[in-house]
Amino acid sequence: MSAVLQDPQLMEVNPPLVRSEDYHDLTEQISQIVEGDVVKTPMKYWITLAITASVTGILGLMLAYLVSTGIGVWGNNRPIGWAWDITNFVFWIGIGHAGTLISAILFLFRQKWRTSINRSAEAMTLFAVMCAGIFPLFHTGRPWRAYWLFPIPNTDLNLWQNFRSPLIWDVFAVSTYFTVSLLFWFTGLVPDLATLRDRTTNKLKQWIFGALSLGWRGSARHWSNYEKAYLILAAISTPLVLSVHSIVSFDFATSVIPGWHTTIFPPYFVAGAIFSGFACVMTLLLIARWTLNLQNLITMKHLENMNKIILVTGSVVSYAYATEFFIAWYSGNIYERFTFLNRAFGPYWWAAWSMYTCNLLIPQLYWFKSMRNNLWVMFIVSITTNIGMWFERFVIIATSLTRDFLPSSWGYFHPTYVDMLTFAGTIGLFLTLFLIFARFLPMIAISEVKGVLAVQKHQFTEEEVMAHDPR
Amino acid sequence: MTLDEFKDKIGLGDDKVYGVMGAFTNPDDLVEAGRKIRQMGYTKLDAMSPFPVHGIDDAIGVPPSKLGWLVIWFSALGCATAITLIWYVGAINYRLVIGGKPFFDFSYTIPIAFELTVLFSAFASFLGMWAINGLPRLYHPSFNYSLAHRASDDLFLLTIEAEDPKFDAQECVERLRSLGASDVEVVEG
Repeated sequence: MSAVLQDPQLMEVNPPLVRSEDYHDLTEQISQIVEGDVVKTPMKYWITLAITASVTGILGLMLAYLVSTGIGVWGNNRPIGWAWDITNFVFWIGIGHAGTLISAILFLFRQKWRTSINRSAEAMTLFAVMCAGIFPLFHTGRPWRAYWLFPIPNTDLNLWQNFRSPLIWDVFAVSTYFTVSLLFWFTGLVPDLATLRDRTTNKLKQWIFGALSLGWRGSARHWSNYEKAYLILAAISTPLVLSVHSIVSFDFATSVIPGWHTTIFPPYFVAGAIFSGFACVMTLLLIARWTLNLQNLITMKHLENMNKIILVTGSVVSYAYATEFFIAWYSGNIYERFTFLNRAFGPYWWAAWSMYTCNLLIPQLYWFKSMRNNLWVMFIVSITTNIGMWFERFVIIATSLTRDFLPSSWGYFHPTYVDMLTFAGTIGLFLTLFLIFARFLPMIAISEVKGVLAVQKHQFTEEEVMAHDPR
Repeated sequence: MTLDEFKDKIGLGDDKVYGVMGAFTNPDDLVEAGRKIRQMGYTKLDAMSPFPVHGIDDAIGVPPSKLGWLVIWFSALGCATAITLIWYVGAINYRLVIGGKPFFDFSYTIPIAFELTVLFSAFASFLGMWAINGLPRLYHPSFNYSLAHRASDDLFLLTIEAEDPKFDAQECVERLRSLGASDVEVVEG
């Protein structure tokens, strides 16, 4: 039995997830990124940060212009009252979903390969949800009144929210999602902050990491409660992540607009969210892996597994496209049928066909192992996927609204420069936050990777093997 | 809590023996040593490790976490809060006909009831976990062990606490050494 475990051929099929010999070496590899002297950070980091921070500055300018002038500076107008703002909102929320999927669902399925990527994926979730929140917040026109969205007693309004509307469900879903993701992320971070506290000799850093790590000392009693808390957070995040995009899709599905009023939306949106989110994790990890030399921790095995998930979710999304068309024909509803023909061959044909190309055709490359293991292919597909998924939301929103029931109300959406720069600005904000995170906090969960290494190093006894697999 | 206990907690108390600590380089050795020490009759044991070590709870007698029981009550509270709020607003305080929908119906409470269930459970498990662990905490005597800083890196520490009825510093040091622990020390704090 033990001969099987050491069979080199089997080792080849299942290459080790962590390429490191001992625990200390792992701590070194991950901590040194965080611990380096700030002034000695490579120039290319500061230049990149300067660019992304400038783009974030443009976001600030655009939002200030919007608030001081009014939401008329965006291109939304009748009949397309929802346009880029909600497209961007759904796009960013969707990106966030991969983080929770990696940290929670893969945890429940005991997928050990998640440990190298979950921290950065969770951080990505937080930043993406922040970017998402900007759009509905500013679309209200009066963001300083945002507390009206929550059921807190207010004397200036004397009104309650309409709990019969999916828009208020969305407020609860998104704010819960952000809060739970933050708690989950911080819980995972505490043991690693304790590691940094124990390693640093700088008095100020000792104070900061000491305070943030809450006095963590890795006691067996602590770990016992900690693992339970982590399990519970994972178990509640799993239905949460499915609910968030389902509720986002209710914004559309509960309306009576052809092209929106469909029961396929919740699963279709969730699959699309995971699809785009994994692509975004892939883009960021490929860059981080290359610039920070993390090849030993983020191996080809991790990347290939992620590509498989992109293939699966991309195929689910393609299936949803096909089902929508089939139902448009099969239902016999002329409005539904018109909407779908208009979607593919109407004024927005270019957006629809970009979406089909990026989401339906390109990910099919991943049926081939050589494609799943080619870094350039991965990088390009991860970007086309996100372009495709942005177009998907735009196509769903714009093509359904552009042709109203009354032909006299038909219209076409033209984004203004404010629309474009605001969206570009959120990309800047997202990248800025991610760069700061990657430099100042451990990007890889040190304690979790060590757990995987411990299993890898463990010499299985005959009894343990028999207990696990009595063959 | 008396003043002395409080002083001990923040590290200002009088020094007294906290326990005997020793280090292992391998989690399997830690579990093995923990099991043997417990078989010798010691009950107040602790282990410190950079990651959760499989099997250590059984070996040194850490009881299963009770966090789940705390969380389940809070999740029920979250669900009840949402339904009560929506019912009170819709059917009592602010009766308004919107789209001919009923003033209250369970069907449209589902999304928010679910979200608040999750939110309350998340806070309960997050705050509850720190509370049960007695954290945040400014000071702990085990940090006085010379290799304590490596318990978050690559060492696995085993402690016999002074509160143990069988505790005798000299004997404990010898026993930990005989089980293969290195750098065995009597820790004060």
